[in-house]
Amino acid sequence: MRRNRADTEASQARLSRRAVLLGGAQMLFIGGLAARMRYLQVDQADQFRLLAEENRINIHLIPPSRGEIFDRNGIRLAQNSPSYRIVMVRENAGDVDAVIERLGKVIDLDPLALPEMLAEIKSSPPFLPVILKNNVDWEDVSRVSVNAPALPGVTPEVGLTRVYPRGSDFAHVVGRVGRVSQADLDALTDPDQVLRIPQFHIGKINVEAREEDRLRGSAGTKQVEVNAAGRVMRELGRREGQSGADIQLTIDAELQNYVQARLSGESAAVVMLDCENGDLVANCSAPSYDPNLFIGGISSKDYNPLLNSKYRPLVNKTVQGVYPPGSTFKMITAMAALESGLIGPDETVYCPGHLTVAGRRFHCWKRAGHGWVDLQDSLKQSCDVYYYDLAIKVGIEKISAMAQRFGLGVKHDLALSSVNSGLTPTKEWKRRTRGESWVVGDTVNASIGQGDMLASPLQLAVMTARIATGRMISPRLIKSVDGVEQPFTDAPLEVNENNLRKMRRAMYDVVNDRRGTAYRSRIIAEDLRMAGKTGTSQVRNITAAERARGVTSNADLPWERRDHALFVSFAPFDAPRYAVAVLVEHGGGGSTAAAPIARDVMLQALYGGEPPLDAYPTGDRDEIKARQDRLRDVRPQARIKGSDQA
Amino acid sequence: MSYLEYSVKSVPTGLRKVLFINWPLALLLTTVAGFGFLMLYSVAGGSFNPWAELQIKRFGVGMAAMIAVAMVPIWLWRNLSGVAYGVSLLLLVAVMSFGDENKGAQRWIDLGFINLQPSELMKITLVMFLAAYYDWLPEKKVSRPIWVLLPVVIILVPTALVLKQPDLGTSILLLAAGGGLMFLAGVHWAYFAAVIAAGVGLVAAVLQSKGTPWQMINDYQYRRIDTFLDPGADPLGAGYHITQSKIALGSGGWTGRGFMQGTQSRLNFLPEKHTDFIFTTLAEEFGFMGGISLLTLYALIILFCVLSALINKDRFASLLTLGVALNFFLFFAVNMSMVMGMAPVVGVPLPLVSYGGSAMLVLLLAFGLVQSAHVHRPR
Repeated sequence: MRRNRADTEASQARLSRRAVLLGGAQMLFIGGLAARMRYLQVDQADQFRLLAEENRINIHLIPPSRGEIFDRNGIRLAQNSPSYRIVMVRENAGDVDAVIERLGKVIDLDPLALPEMLAEIKSSPPFLPVILKNNVDWEDVSRVSVNAPALPGVTPEVGLTRVYPRGSDFAHVVGRVGRVSQADLDALTDPDQVLRIPQFHIGKINVEAREEDRLRGSAGTKQVEVNAAGRVMRELGRREGQSGADIQLTIDAELQNYVQARLSGESAAVVMLDCENGDLVANCSAPSYDPNLFIGGISSKDYNPLLNSKYRPLVNKTVQGVYPPGSTFKMITAMAALESGLIGPDETVYCPGHLTVAGRRFHCWKRAGHGWVDLQDSLKQSCDVYYYDLAIKVGIEKISAMAQRFGLGVKHDLALSSVNSGLTPTKEWKRRTRGESWVVGDTVNASIGQGDMLASPLQLAVMTARIATGRMISPRLIKSVDGVEQPFTDAPLEVNENNLRKMRRAMYDVVNDRRGTAYRSRIIAEDLRMAGKTGTSQVRNITAAERARGVTSNADLPWERRDHALFVSFAPFDAPRYAVAVLVEHGGGGSTAAAPIARDVMLQALYGGEPPLDAYPTGDRDEIKARQDRLRDVRPQARIKGSDQA
Repeated sequence: MSYLEYSVKSVPTGLRKVLFINWPLALLLTTVAGFGFLMLYSVAGGSFNPWAELQIKRFGVGMAAMIAVAMVPIWLWRNLSGVAYGVSLLLLVAVMSFGDENKGAQRWIDLGFINLQPSELMKITLVMFLAAYYDWLPEKKVSRPIWVLLPVVIILVPTALVLKQPDLGTSILLLAAGGGLMFLAGVHWAYFAAVIAAGVGLVAAVLQSKGTPWQMINDYQYRRIDTFLDPGADPLGAGYHITQSKIALGSGGWTGRGFMQGTQSRLNFLPEKHTDFIFTTLAEEFGFMGGISLLTLYALIILFCVLSALINKDRFASLLTLGVALNFFLFFAVNMSMVMGMAPVVGVPLPLVSYGGSAMLVLLLAFGLVQSAHVHRPR
């Protein structure tokens, strides 16, 4: 097939032309590629390199171990104990369903949770462990370990959980921890990243919550290189965290345990302060609950009885509960009158059993009246009319001011939740809150700690300690943090010591004088004599009609309407060591319900263990002996100590 | 001029042919493949296994095959063009019935020692057949409609078969290579203008048809287009590949992060790091300098082919050489555009560098044809 030479050359030329054209276009495109490469790799290099680093490096938090809590003698009240869980790593398991089925034969798995668990295993990355069962005991761990060959990918894992070895004794002091909730996070302005770790615990109430910052410590970080699937390839760097600080409380765990046992069956509160430095030696609210139940999340079966009980076990009655202080307030009214100089030390008042003020009749608790009484007698026999008279002379403002000086109506700074400031009413307060003006009847009520006057057992203990020492005792709960002793406050009370001495003398008579209201609860060990004051505060108004019929005795009333029983005391009288406030909710009379508890607690503290029977009056010893035997049975750890002492 | 018109006696014979092989071109090909070995060694975490070693062996076999093909006179290849095209077409049909499913696409026939991808073969045999066609077709008839329609059918039949697999990337490459060859052969401008206009219309229609009963391409293909247009919209989903690929490239900077120091590829942020996205590893570890070096080598290969075609007076040889070069160009241009975020992700490997036996073998066979054309050119 010969061709025309000219044709051939023309087509040759065209081919060459088009080849050059196409080749040129290709080179142009290559130039474009080069330009694009330059743009990405040179012009935008910094931005992309940053993105690559972000891709590659993950920061993992290493949770710090929480500080532990001890009592004043170094007994552990809150600790971190290893807890075991069974986890599965999918990529090691092979046939997940078969392995789970075999595991179900070895340990108990919740059949209801199984489908959800399987879904979680299958949806999470193959190298991440998924929890199959939480809080398993050692026996389950052993079973899984022994059967390991049949359970590929299933391993026991150890973690730390908070444990309160003293159980319910310290629910109202140490408090408890729990899972971090959204509410916890919302409450913080700048929540620590560590709080976002799943399973991380935060203090929920009391010391655990109030000292959260010190107990938590700070998280360490681990820089790890991860691949696209999130698998950790290697560790690049690590910054160790700081464990939380260990906290030592002023509480004596043994005493606390005794008091809690002594209060069993009551709805009551006991606060004991060290008169030296304000140390809170015991702080008991009964009934209590076991904080360990809350840690993994409490079941409603356990929670509802706590919530609905009329004895309110969840409420910390020592600081959160406020009550009319009743007659225990009389020292304040007396001090206000004495300090103001409006009455002399020998002021006597005639008590006919009642006093009519502004057309309203105020009764003394003793219908027949006390006759002529002086200050000493009025406290000893708890005559109400005497204080009505003082209060009318002194006025509410001075009484409330004196109450505040003795620690009532003041919010004490204590590492407990919901510390209540109580109430010391004033004219201005009533106008502000109720829009009514103060009447003299209010003053009369307030003078004997009724009406609007409200105080917590803690405040009454502080008041007692201040009367006993003449110093500005403030309660202290944190003894030391990581071995560093925490300061306590000390200042003079700035009241006339002679007046205080009168109070103490009268309080001595309350307990030790044959006619004193707490005579039956005296201590007869000569160097440990106790001084105190009873109080019985009404929770209802006694109407005139009721009074005409004769006041119903507490025993005949339903529990909720009975009077609160109160007793404040300090001992030994000559050199006050402890101040105690006892409150028994709806317990009836202070002298019968509260004072015996105060005596037992006081002696237990003063002897540092079970007191000898000869500290008690002869007539009480059988009853005391029986109670000591009973308490020894419910406090197994005390039995050893008791026998040591005996 | 056709090989029938020049003295065959002027062409070197026997082993002397080896001396006339375009050795600079062979050296360029080897250097480019060397880049590939290096990167495959790197992405395997500093190991010849599983990729680099096999790739080196395959390249050795491929080079031997290239020289063997180069030894065979070019006119023999010309005479075989029709058969080669027919066989490729039959294989394409066969793959639809016997092929292995891989990632939703039927592309391979497992021949035991190699996974044969007929669409790869078709890229070369199509160019061969068209070159032979235009060598045979008298110059006057080139732009006549009936003689234009014939090559269009020759191109469209395999293109349709490949599209059916479905392999959008390769079918576009086939279309582009075939069209390029028709352009080189001298088909009138007006045809191309018309096709381009129609193409624009078709693209518009395809985009319009989304979600309608007459939808023309698969949903995943639409997603790829959407992803290309806006990779940031779904950075962890479909846009992930493009985004991560750009991060890898960009973080390379001028000189790169160093051999085997590329975090993006080593930590698996890059998809298909040993095949389609291998260029990103190169760019990450050797930076702009590494990337531009490879690009220059590619440009030189094209240049050598074009020069070889220009000095070759044989029409079939010229067209074939230019067609192979165009194919090669389309390969790397599409791949690089893809990894640099300039084109949708269509699954085209980087020639001679990406891991893969079938593609490399076919490519080296094609360069064997180029060498044969060079050795047996009329003098």
